[in-house]
Amino acid sequence: MEQPLLQIRHLTCERDDRDLFNDFDYKFSAGDIVQVEGENGSGKTTLLRILSGLYTSYQGDILYKGEPLSERSSEFQSDLLLIGHKLPIKSSLTVLENLRFLIGIKQTVNEKALFSALEAVGLKGYEYSLCQNLSAGQQRRVSLARLYISDARIWILDEIFTAIDLKGVTQLEALLQKKSTEGVMIIFTTHHKLSIPNLKTLCVNSLLTGNNHA
Amino acid sequence: MLEETKRQNLMGVLKVNFVRESLLAFRNRQSLVNPLVFFSIVIVLFPLGVSPEPSFLKPASIGLIWVTALLAMMLSLDHLFQLDYDDGSLEQLVLSAQPLYLIILVKTLTHWLLTGLPLILISPLFALMLHIDSQHLPTLLLTLLIGTPVISLIGGVGAALTVSLRSGGVLISLLVLPLTIPILIFGSGTVQASIDGLPISGHLAIMLLMLVLSITLAPFATAAALKMSVSN
Repeated sequence: MEQPLLQIRHLTCERDDRDLFNDFDYKFSAGDIVQVEGENGSGKTTLLRILSGLYTSYQGDILYKGEPLSERSSEFQSDLLLIGHKLPIKSSLTVLENLRFLIGIKQTVNEKALFSALEAVGLKGYEYSLCQNLSAGQQRRVSLARLYISDARIWILDEIFTAIDLKGVTQLEALLQKKSTEGVMIIFTTHHKLSIPNLKTLCVNSLLTGNNHA
Repeated sequence: MLEETKRQNLMGVLKVNFVRESLLAFRNRQSLVNPLVFFSIVIVLFPLGVSPEPSFLKPASIGLIWVTALLAMMLSLDHLFQLDYDDGSLEQLVLSAQPLYLIILVKTLTHWLLTGLPLILISPLFALMLHIDSQHLPTLLLTLLIGTPVISLIGGVGAALTVSLRSGGVLISLLVLPLTIPILIFGSGTVQASIDGLPISGHLAIMLLMLVLSITLAPFATAAALKMSVSN
């Protein structure tokens, strides 16, 4: 069997005296597109933060290419694109400046790619507008423009459809699907109903009972 | 080849950080002007409140300039990582796959360029106002030039430790001020020695040692504190 790109092994984690995960196993392979489902407060975001290496108060292992995450963190991080539910956008910078920073801390910046990504998310003509003058959805789109540029192979996306209109959601769906056929592994959370054919779901609510290998 | 692209990436990362910090500072001019205004007001009010006599101001002046510079820099420190923490940019920096040490060094030194350096540049004006002889000005500037980056670097550790707290401002001062006392003592001591006609190379060597130590060690502590702060 092919080695999974990212693997959760015997993950046990509790927060505020509540068990979130108990001896939980899961394997993610390249090209997987996995939706993490669960009620509010069920630990979706915690799971994504554990997988991205940010949250470390847990027992068990997260394996990246078969080795513990902490031992290959630099390689993993250059392979990872994390879009959290916080919006790392500064209101006093322009759209272009914000995007240039977000891309620039991960990979070499290609100015042309920035413009075409902003066009793809529907922000053409706003490149030099200050982000404080944009709507909530538009600000989110600035952050999402990263998806069109990133050459990371592992995408962890937390609530990326928040404040995005229906047309934008459809467009993002298509992008996620296209990327997954190119071998990008995508893990995301959302409360939207999506129509992605090869979508796998990982239901966080049922992890405690152990029947999670759907 | 791989090494080379990695190095290019690193330079790119440091550059975007520098550019962003500077842009943010110039767009929110308040943060740029605040330390300068504080510095000027305290030094202008001091002679009015105590005594404008040269016989009193002359011995007090060096200490006054140094203490005020220290406090002015502390004022701007609590925002060093706060905004980035609040909007999640800090997470992105931690996950940038480049050494956090260098990113933090660039961020802190940009902070110094934007707050410390302006203070140094206007300090001769106030030094003359406080009757410091102009022949001792170069020494004063030199000590400030060595000392203020140390304050930024040490302050960065405090700012990183308190970044996830709601009101970390007071705690920063409590954590950081004791650590900056040595640089304050040697900073004003060097100028005093120069006024007394004593050799200052020994003092300067110790100050430089503090600078080198804080450049090599403080960003490590800051990086560790930031990683801890984002991991909850």
